[in-house]
Amino acid sequence: MNAVSCPECEAQIELDAGTDAGEIIVCPDCGVDLEVTSIDPAAVQLAPMEQEDWGE
Amino acid sequence: MTTISIIGGSGYGGGELLRLLLAHPHVEVKQVTSRSRMSEYAYQTHPNLRKRTQLKFSDPAALEPVDILFLAQPHGQAQHHIDEYAKLAPKIIDLAADFRLRDAEMYEKWYGEKHAAPEWLSKFVYGLPELHRAEIAAANYVSGVGCNATASNLALLPLVKADLIDLSAPVIIEIKVGSSEGGAEGNSGSLHAERANVIRTFSAFGHRHTAEVIQEMGVKDISLTMTAVDLVRGVLATAHAKVKQGVVIKDLWKAYRAAANENPFVRVVKEQRGIYRVPEPKILAGSNYADLGFELDESSGHIVSMCAIDNLMKGASGSAVQCMNLMMGWEETVGLEFAGLHPI
Repeated sequence: MNAVSCPECEAQIELDAGTDAGEIIVCPDCGVDLEVTSIDPAAVQLAPMEQEDWGE
Repeated sequence: MTTISIIGGSGYGGGELLRLLLAHPHVEVKQVTSRSRMSEYAYQTHPNLRKRTQLKFSDPAALEPVDILFLAQPHGQAQHHIDEYAKLAPKIIDLAADFRLRDAEMYEKWYGEKHAAPEWLSKFVYGLPELHRAEIAAANYVSGVGCNATASNLALLPLVKADLIDLSAPVIIEIKVGSSEGGAEGNSGSLHAERANVIRTFSAFGHRHTAEVIQEMGVKDISLTMTAVDLVRGVLATAHAKVKQGVVIKDLWKAYRAAANENPFVRVVKEQRGIYRVPEPKILAGSNYADLGFELDESSGHIVSMCAIDNLMKGASGSAVQCMNLMMGWEETVGLEFAGLHPI
């Protein structure tokens, strides 16, 4: 298994077997979207997310 | 089965305690007292307990010995009778404020009167498991916790424990509270016409729960400001502080994650999608969870730390049952598994 550290909160995340480069995964701790940029070695980067807007 | 009785069971805290204890697998509720409702069925005061118990409120003078005695009276009564209560049970858990503070002078300063049994203050452990788990497990006497104090203490806990706050700057906690904090005894301010739709800052400074935060967090320069909002249950504490130089968001994640990992009822709520991205008391009604969240302005070092709880659960009866579990060596979460409701 490949482990990566979340660039937002430093949670340790195990990439599931069969994960491909380019896939978007979600950090289980802080919930950010992460783009898998490489499998060997495993690497992720923050993916753009829609911000909350309550219209207030 | 472990036998328990509740002194002062007609208030909201006593009712919530009864609800939890009737469903608890290891205890049997023997007596629930109330002078004002003596001989009435408990469910006539706490209607959610209809068909759950046929207990009637009994006379406090007719209390029989039990394994654990819960005190759920209004503040200021237990300290006058604690010697008698101690003869009835080897373990006592008090929900009121009588034995929360360790120092008699501090008690007098914040409560405006001398303590009636100062020799008992050192015998009680402050009843918030997230702060005193080991001491509670070894204790025979455990105090209650203030609901506003609990939300404040838990909002600050990760920051204080990891030594991330600059204590030369003031800590300011804005607290929004629901109406059940005011207790079951009404007054003109609790009339529906007056209380409905309210947003009222009723205590800018000097609320008595401040003393518990000073005592437990060791933060001297601190203010708690209370605002009543249109909720029945719930507290949201929003703490403003300054972090030490060099502290970044990842340090905060580490501290909050540690708090959640060490405490079964502490959760971190800092979501990136969905509606509930920050702690909110609405979904905690009836549950013992404390939801923590935070935001940091890294350029100024200003941190906002949030804690949402149900004031009657984590802020009172839920924590008291959690303390009982620890004192008896039971699983800490037993009887407190309710996850809350959504939508609500």
